[in-house]
Amino acid sequence: MTQRQVIDVSALPDHAFGSRSIMWWSTMTIVAIEGTVFALAIGSYFYLQGNEEAWPPPNTALPGLLFPTINVFILLLSLWPNEMTKRAAEDMDLGRTRRWMVVADLLAVVFVAVRVLEYGQLNVSWDSNAYGSATWTLLGLHTLHLVTDLIDTVVLTVLMFTRHGDKPRRYVDVSENAFYWYFVVLSWIPIYLVLYWAPRWL
Amino acid sequence: MRGIQSALEPAGAQAEQIARLWDVFLITATVVWLLVMLFTIAALLRRRPEIVPNATSPRVRNAVVAATGLTVLTLFALLTASIFTTRGIASVPDRAIQIAVTGKQWWWHVEYDDRDKSKRFTTANELTIPVGVPVTVHLRSADVIHSFWVPSLHGKRDMIPGKPPSTFTFQADKPGVYRGQCAEFCGYQHANMAFWVTALPWPEYARWVEASRQPSRIPSTHTQRKGQEVFMNSPCPLCHTIQGTPANGKTGPDLTHFASRRSIAAGTFPNRRGFLAGWILDAQHMKPGSQMPSITLDQGDLEPLIAYLESLK
Amino acid sequence: MSEGVSEHGAHVGEAKPLEDHLIKEETTHSPYALPGDAELHEELDKTWSPAKGPFRWFMQIDHHILGKRFIVTAFVWFGLGGILAALMRLQLSRPDNTFLSADQYNQIFTMHGVTMMFLFAVPIMEAVAVYMIPLLCGSRALAFPRLTAYSYYMFLFGGILLYVAFFLNTGPDTGWFTYPPLANPEFAPGKRVDIWAQLVNFTEISAIAVAIELIVTILKQRAPGMSVNRIPLYVWSMLITSFMIVFAMPAVMTSSLYLASDRLVGTHFFNPAEGGDPLLWQHLFWFFGHPEVYIIFIPALGMVSQIVTAFCRRPVFGYTAMVLSQVATGFIGFGLWVHHMFATGIPQLGSSYFTAASMLIAIPSGIQIFCWIATIWMGKPIYKPPFLFVLGFIAIFVLGGLTGVMLASIPLDLQVHDTMFVVAHLHYVLIGGAVFPLFGVLYYWFPKITGRMQNDTAGYVSFALMFIGFNLTFFPMHKLGLIGMTRRIYTYHPETGWGPLNSLASIGAAVLGLGVIVYILNGLISWKKGAIAGANPFDGPTLEWATSSPPPHYNFIHMPVVSGHEPLWHAPEHAPVVTGLSTKDKEVLITRTFDAEPDHRYTYPKPTPWPFLAAVSTGIMFVGTIFTPWAFAIGLPIAAVVVICWFWPTTPEKEGEATEEKSVSEREAVA
Repeated sequence: MTQRQVIDVSALPDHAFGSRSIMWWSTMTIVAIEGTVFALAIGSYFYLQGNEEAWPPPNTALPGLLFPTINVFILLLSLWPNEMTKRAAEDMDLGRTRRWMVVADLLAVVFVAVRVLEYGQLNVSWDSNAYGSATWTLLGLHTLHLVTDLIDTVVLTVLMFTRHGDKPRRYVDVSENAFYWYFVVLSWIPIYLVLYWAPRWL
Repeated sequence: MRGIQSALEPAGAQAEQIARLWDVFLITATVVWLLVMLFTIAALLRRRPEIVPNATSPRVRNAVVAATGLTVLTLFALLTASIFTTRGIASVPDRAIQIAVTGKQWWWHVEYDDRDKSKRFTTANELTIPVGVPVTVHLRSADVIHSFWVPSLHGKRDMIPGKPPSTFTFQADKPGVYRGQCAEFCGYQHANMAFWVTALPWPEYARWVEASRQPSRIPSTHTQRKGQEVFMNSPCPLCHTIQGTPANGKTGPDLTHFASRRSIAAGTFPNRRGFLAGWILDAQHMKPGSQMPSITLDQGDLEPLIAYLESLK
Repeated sequence: MSEGVSEHGAHVGEAKPLEDHLIKEETTHSPYALPGDAELHEELDKTWSPAKGPFRWFMQIDHHILGKRFIVTAFVWFGLGGILAALMRLQLSRPDNTFLSADQYNQIFTMHGVTMMFLFAVPIMEAVAVYMIPLLCGSRALAFPRLTAYSYYMFLFGGILLYVAFFLNTGPDTGWFTYPPLANPEFAPGKRVDIWAQLVNFTEISAIAVAIELIVTILKQRAPGMSVNRIPLYVWSMLITSFMIVFAMPAVMTSSLYLASDRLVGTHFFNPAEGGDPLLWQHLFWFFGHPEVYIIFIPALGMVSQIVTAFCRRPVFGYTAMVLSQVATGFIGFGLWVHHMFATGIPQLGSSYFTAASMLIAIPSGIQIFCWIATIWMGKPIYKPPFLFVLGFIAIFVLGGLTGVMLASIPLDLQVHDTMFVVAHLHYVLIGGAVFPLFGVLYYWFPKITGRMQNDTAGYVSFALMFIGFNLTFFPMHKLGLIGMTRRIYTYHPETGWGPLNSLASIGAAVLGLGVIVYILNGLISWKKGAIAGANPFDGPTLEWATSSPPPHYNFIHMPVVSGHEPLWHAPEHAPVVTGLSTKDKEVLITRTFDAEPDHRYTYPKPTPWPFLAAVSTGIMFVGTIFTPWAFAIGLPIAAVVVICWFWPTTPEKEGEATEEKSVSEREAVA
């Protein structure tokens, strides 16, 4: 009698965190895509700069530094509740997860509000010249990611307060969402340096 | 017209070097392709012993490695040949005739440069160059990307708006007439944007330059004078220049020596009176979308006008 | 069948003629079958069944259904693109021809390029993968089924947008590559170019979504035992292609965003008068454009490997070299883009690097050709139509690759760039290098997808017509380019001498077209009337052949466990399987990335209309953006609401604990 080998997987868990999870891989792929877009937008910014002798071009003021720099600090600060959220989710602790998500949401809202003010201080219009176009678009791409991630996070926060909240899949979603927030924050650093410091240094 | 727009029939030093490089690549590629096909057919047709499906064969592996090695060597040799030719065709001589060519939708504005400003002159859609003397063209575009290409003499160069003039140098080594064509899709009438390059022995070239520097011929017959009047009273001077007359429009081709040109509308039609009449009366039908409007004239005005234009040698 | 060896067992000695395996009306005894599978089949079939009811077309998320839709839709665009090509060849068949006006021709050649590149070439490769990859990996499903549905609808809507615009005489007309300043609002008034920009949005989102699904499926949903060194070559090719899509598509997204915003809201990315630069477009576009052709070509390399393996009765020679060559091609492909710009006057030293890289990429392609020839040498060829298409591929693609090496040389490129020589080259590598393998592999997988065999005679005839017609059409174009005929011209004068070769090319196009028609008719008729196929009519070695033709919606009753890259040629009579997956929920096994050890279980959702609704709302947003930027501002929140509804969990997510294990508990011992 030949014995057939059987791998019985019924005892395996039905969720996983980190790179074991398919959500992690899809988030990573999206980070790769969006990161490439940012890199190309930054590359385009410098390519256009290479054509000009003065940057910003004559008769164009430098962008204001106050609000974007405030935002750098707010964003870096937001990494703390973000990390706490991620850990709470990985511990599958509903109460902690809920609390930290609300904190993260509030910080994100503040950031978006300051971002609106940032636009007012750019001191150039998108249709003035190529410098204006590159500046607005690079800032706009980051803003788009910021706003969509904010909406994403708020929806997830709401979900954590419903009966769907205390499920393993939700915790994985929260953990991946935190991962994506890291990307939004960390991508701001080079973009901030390019938009607000490159015209001053170069 | 066969063979006058052909990279395979070079008439100048640069095109000649490129054609020789082409021969090297063609022979190599043909040999490689034949070898691949030979081995494929041999693989298909060979007598096979028992098949052992997962067998590895050191002989076959060595053959694959050897083929790869040969590929690398061949590519390296081709790369080297290519780099030598790239350098060869890019060398810039000390003295060359300087011609500025500006691409426009869908014709070529040509200006012969000179250190003495009074010796500069403008023409359109045709270049005349001396045999055996380098010519440097300064290429610009007034609107969209065009590309200047005379395959008998050299490769092409794009004309990109907003950039400083792009320059390259070529020369003709045989007298003759060569045809060039815009080689970057530039819109509606891209297909009808050709130009002529005439290579003349130096003495004839010098005579041509002298004649080109002269203002337009004064009309000598009554009909031609009437024609000149028609020209000045029609919309023509708004776009066209005729040196020595009040007409100095800058949007269209310079017509000072129009009658010496081979073609109308950038190589689209031969420069003969039937086509000329059609071009004036109904340009929008002959080359739709071009910047030349259709001009309404009655027969009494058309005939003298054509006579006048034919006098502008 | 030999004593003691199953018909899919050890594979030595004389290769059996394939006809023996063509079993009608009877499923082959799969090495992975267990007694009692019949009841299991009923339960699984119910759990994995597609949507029913009047709105079911809008709710399907099954990868077989979506894969077939993708394939059929892509072929519709292919047919339209082919008709456009026929019109072009008719116009160019004689000098000074007046069949098409300049404006019509400019729209038609643009539409031909856009259709073939954005609506056919990439999507068809993804479409075949959507259907086949879960089968080749031994999984029940493609990852993220709702996203797959969304990507199909976006693909469909994009094509509809383009062709509606074309039939309303407002199709794009500035080339498939839409160079500014010709594409700027000043020189391209109206909405033609804006439609192009939005078409790009639809197709690139669709492509990126499928790439994500493929990456996740291939890395995380493989059968246990399918470690990275046992992944079939076609699966490798789709993994590499998907990563290339991830890094290349953003470039065309960015460039089309810049162009759309120049046209819609007055930015100056490409307007030289205000600091913009037309060359910025070229860099961004070709940074996408060059990898794009490898995105089309690399899947075909995988397809060739599948065919060569099955029809030479042995694995492809040099598995490691084959994998590394594909990876190398993928990487190097990102470093070549400037070879499209040699004529723009960029500095010589920088350009020469791109010459070297463009020649370098011939090496990994060459290695693969040598390995395939080695496989043929050591195997026993079976001359069915798929194999003939592979032979045609070798002849045509190698020639195209060699003209590519010519184009890599700057001096040669300066002569033949933007001439019919390049048209010849690109069709040799795309038709020879991608379409021939595609047609071969669709013939090979046709029984798996439809459950029926195609007609071999029609297969041979279509191959012959296509091979002869293709070469007759495109070989003369090499000469035409060298004797001065530029591209993208609607007519030429008789004095140029280009007439005879053009007439020959047009005749060839008719033959090629006929061949394609025969091929497609073979497919359509065989779908309804072909001989019924068993599970493995060609005795293929990979996992897709371990289940019925067509597969059930759950793919495998038991997930196989593999120990080699040709599992069906090595599987013992009672090969190991996976048990314990739920029969009440759509559960798949997630395995570890490198060694494919089982890791956890994941449940996929039931059919739902939300992906369709999301595609409609994002589609309306993109179409609105053709006319006003406000469409984006208003459309985005609406689309957000739809997407939130899509992801809002429904209860219950899982129905219960019934698993296969309960049904299998009595079956450990096999007599």
